[in-house]
Amino acid sequence: MTAAVHPSVSACPACAAGPAAVALAERDTPKEARITLSLPTAHCAACIRSVEEKLLGHPGVDDARVNLTLKRASIDADISVTPDALVSLLDGIGYEAHELDAGTIAVTETDKAGRELLMRLAVAGFASMNVMLLSVSVWSGAADATRDMFHWISAAITLPTIAFSGQPFFRSAWGALRNARLNMDVPIVLAILLAVVTSLWETSLSGDHAYFDAALALTFFLLAGRYLDHRTRSIARSAAEELAALEVPRALLFVDGQPVETPIAEVQMGDLLLVRPGSRMPVDGEIIEGQSEIDRSLLTGETLPVFAEKGTLVSSGEINLTGPLTVRANAIGQDSSLHQMAELVAVAESGRSRYTSLADKAAKLYAPGVHILSALSFVGWLIYSGDVRTALNIAAAVLIITCPCALGLAVPAVTTAASGRLFKRGLLIKHSTALERLAAVDTVVFDKTGTLTNGTPVLKDVHSYDPRDLSVAMALALGSGHPLAKSLVDAALDTGCKPAKVEAIKEIPGFGTKGVWQGIPVAMGRAAWVGAKPLATTATYLKIGDRDPIAFRFVDATRSGAGTVIQALKTAGKEVILLSGDTAPAVEALAEKLEITRWTADALPDDKVKRIQELTANGRKVLMVGDGLNDTAALTAAHVSISPATALDAARVASDIVLLGNDLGPISDALDTATSATKRIRENFRIATIYNVVAVPIAILGFATPLVAALAMSASSITVSLNALRLR
Amino acid sequence: MDALVFLIPISLILGGVGLGAFIYTVKSNQYDDPDGNSQRILSDAYDDAPKE
Repeated sequence: MTAAVHPSVSACPACAAGPAAVALAERDTPKEARITLSLPTAHCAACIRSVEEKLLGHPGVDDARVNLTLKRASIDADISVTPDALVSLLDGIGYEAHELDAGTIAVTETDKAGRELLMRLAVAGFASMNVMLLSVSVWSGAADATRDMFHWISAAITLPTIAFSGQPFFRSAWGALRNARLNMDVPIVLAILLAVVTSLWETSLSGDHAYFDAALALTFFLLAGRYLDHRTRSIARSAAEELAALEVPRALLFVDGQPVETPIAEVQMGDLLLVRPGSRMPVDGEIIEGQSEIDRSLLTGETLPVFAEKGTLVSSGEINLTGPLTVRANAIGQDSSLHQMAELVAVAESGRSRYTSLADKAAKLYAPGVHILSALSFVGWLIYSGDVRTALNIAAAVLIITCPCALGLAVPAVTTAASGRLFKRGLLIKHSTALERLAAVDTVVFDKTGTLTNGTPVLKDVHSYDPRDLSVAMALALGSGHPLAKSLVDAALDTGCKPAKVEAIKEIPGFGTKGVWQGIPVAMGRAAWVGAKPLATTATYLKIGDRDPIAFRFVDATRSGAGTVIQALKTAGKEVILLSGDTAPAVEALAEKLEITRWTADALPDDKVKRIQELTANGRKVLMVGDGLNDTAALTAAHVSISPATALDAARVASDIVLLGNDLGPISDALDTATSATKRIRENFRIATIYNVVAVPIAILGFATPLVAALAMSASSITVSLNALRLR
Repeated sequence: MDALVFLIPISLILGGVGLGAFIYTVKSNQYDDPDGNSQRILSDAYDDAPKE
């Protein structure tokens, strides 16, 4: 228990437990470990209490705290406490829990940038309220010495505040100028600085008008926009990182013949690893012992499991289905197929960054316009009045009034509202311009396995089989952990079938299960093993004695909401295309069922990318929805991309939006919300422009008092924020 | 106008105290779990004595 972990303990001087806690800390420090669990189902006060009580009651647990916002529990415990024990403990009281990888999650634990922005926002808010109070007194008639004093006090508050709170703008503007570019922050910084400088000058000459309040209000409103923007993105980022942290990167490494849990980063070339049935290959390698079937669907989109034995090469990401395998690591880290795929993504990514957001487009028009306008009014008034002070005052007023306060809020206010809405519906907007890009989509490309389908097989036409055959098959299936076997048992149970009495059941990993039923040898498994002719679809084969083998066919069940989404997309006038790496019959069956007219089967990852690039070259804006490693490059090549939460980590990283639930329905909502959000953003730009059109002539003609500037600025910012809240 | 000599420093100090309190709450992680905080208030655990 360290002080850093428990600031509340050490920060409470009156706490009687202080010394005890310190003593405890000294004793426990060396064997302390922090465990983070994800609690997707926790939602109320009772949940917090029962989870915390249960965890604290476990021997070795020193502290446990539930964070309901993140739906996580942080536990400080002895090194002897395993996450698995805690997970099953919570499972026992009805809470679903998953271990989160500490290394991945640590990054998001404290949101430093967000906290810094909040602090700057608070200081700017405090200062602007105080200065506004003083300014109101000046506006309502304070004169002479009193006015000068108020102005000097305002200056004393404003200068340090701007120096502290304005830093994000200064940094960004300097960064742009250094690269000889203009961004929205350049006019902002210029307006703030010019306002402060002219106000100081005016104050020193005991002038009437000072713009200290404007400079501060500007900083405050713009920081509010920045903070909203940051929050939206950090919520999405931490949720995305949580998905990544759910896959704890560990492998079972053979050390002196015994499998030991080791972080994947520590695995060396040539190391021997144990891969248990049901787990993912941690590395690329070669099987040196054992037989099994492996599921390659995440890499190739193919649903049929592949037989694997000694000598078969495996890639990381594949799933071992039946028997334990010993794998020798051939490629790790940089050389693994996962990493190579990531490089493909990096290449495609550079194309994505060429997209300019609406805000940047506006800034490109806006920044030079504002500068020219302000410079012209300075020159004009200098010629007209011959007084530098008046000319500078008016130039400052023009800059302050035109300053993109509303523009700074126009985009973040809308994206925050839209992302919040979509997050509630189970969509995670990871990229800041994803909504704008989504609004432009006219073509939607779907992957098949794991995206439109669940990726889990379901027994087809269960009633068409002879009940006796089915009961024998069920008995054999009960002896195996293979997904097909599990699904067969589920289907048989649904029909009320009971397993037949089969004796001496034995599973031969990679082939199937065999046994003896009423004195007849029975076997169920791969076609070749039982002597059947293999079908083109996913199937398992039952052989009873000398009879002809019976094929149990499976179909991959469509994901819920798939049909509705495709109908909704078609109604909205989008073209729907199915691109799959699976075999033609399987793809055709699904395309027919979902009424998709354009489909392609046997597509390699490169084919998918090429197809999307072709569509893009034809002026199409493509939305790609996919989950596998084979989709990763295509996800990046598309204009915008969505992947389900069950997707491989690489695919989730490559996509702009992650679908958290199991239902595909929210995809059409996302398109609708994106369209209306983009409409609101454009509306906000228009509102901001109208304000400028009205206010700028007033400023140029020299009628803009600080009061007018304050009113115009606040009114436009508030209208823009309210307009954003109108989002449906 | 003499009152201003007191009133302005007082208003600044009071505002400053508020700002200081806010900065303290930010620094001590009190905004990390807004949903949890709104629920924890309903729980009667630690009503009599704070958590150790």
